[in-house]
Amino acid sequence: MGSGDKINVFPSRMILGLMKTRLKGAQKGHSLLKKKSDALTLKFRATLRKIIENKTIMGDVMKAVYFSLAEAAYAAGDISQTVIQNADKAQNKVKFTKDNVAGVQLTNFSMHSEGSDVYQLTGLGKGGQTVTRCKETAQKAIKLLIELASLQTTFITLDEAIKITNRRVNGIEYVIIPRFENTIAYIVEELDERDREEFYRLKKVQDKKKIIREKQKKFMEEYNKRQEVSDDAPKNLLDTEHDPDIMF
Amino acid sequence: MTKVTMAKSHLMGLVGDEDTCTAFLLGGIGELNATREANFLVVKPDTVIGEVETFLKRLLARKDIGIVLINQHIANDVRHIIEAHTDPIPALLEIPSKEHPYDAAKDSILKRAKGMFSIDDLR
Repeated sequence: MGSGDKINVFPSRMILGLMKTRLKGAQKGHSLLKKKSDALTLKFRATLRKIIENKTIMGDVMKAVYFSLAEAAYAAGDISQTVIQNADKAQNKVKFTKDNVAGVQLTNFSMHSEGSDVYQLTGLGKGGQTVTRCKETAQKAIKLLIELASLQTTFITLDEAIKITNRRVNGIEYVIIPRFENTIAYIVEELDERDREEFYRLKKVQDKKKIIREKQKKFMEEYNKRQEVSDDAPKNLLDTEHDPDIMF
Repeated sequence: MTKVTMAKSHLMGLVGDEDTCTAFLLGGIGELNATREANFLVVKPDTVIGEVETFLKRLLARKDIGIVLINQHIANDVRHIIEAHTDPIPALLEIPSKEHPYDAAKDSILKRAKGMFSIDDLR
């Protein structure tokens, strides 16, 4: 069977056993990797669904933010310049937390507040309440966006991981396992042929021996016949033939 | 994953128009680091796209930025940078602006998933 490529080995029973073990190992590895790929794909789809949900919510949340910003601008005047000039230390930052799913490290973001509010005094002049409301809406939006960013990161990481795992699964399924199977088939074939040769050789030897035996038998028969013909063959004491009575 | 530093907080970067920046800075994410470099960029109608590109590239290369927010209409102009950015960190998030509501068809992330899911599946 010249189909497909195989490993070049000397065909022997030991190697056959070895190849069978390795084939089993490859099959086990394949099923494990497939399970990993399935688990990752499941999480991937769930994440994608959540992302789409969140993005729609985000659209609404952002609208609320801009609305309250417009309110604040109406009440407190144009605060954008003051805000932008006074940016100094960020109050809300993000922290990473690591998560492990089916052997893949995922990062999650979580909001982390530290330090004081730089804009505590903004809008003190007029419209302070609207400014505070705008701040709160913005912070809610930021929280949601951080969540969304977490999902997005998970999405990308999972995407990569699934691609790699699937590549390995396919590699094992379409290259490694057929290679082992071909090798095993080849070895079995060679061993069978060797057995057949042995068998044939044995048969031939048996036949030859049979011929020799026949020849010998024939020769002995000839010899015996010739001996029987002559009368002075001495009588055998052990013969149980009827002895003629001795008459005086 | 290459650029993750644990137990240290990271900033949120921002590239947006005036209103977006005001809103989020009020929310408390704006910071100037030691060299007076800001983690946000106010994109006015007369801002050159080149400036946006340079700033965005710098933001993405900074190790202390975890998330980058960018208005969708600006994102459309620098689409090539966004598509070229394949690291999970920093996360690039496209947000709508006052004038341009959210358009799911243009979002980079959802484009990647287009093959597997159509948004109508979930409605």
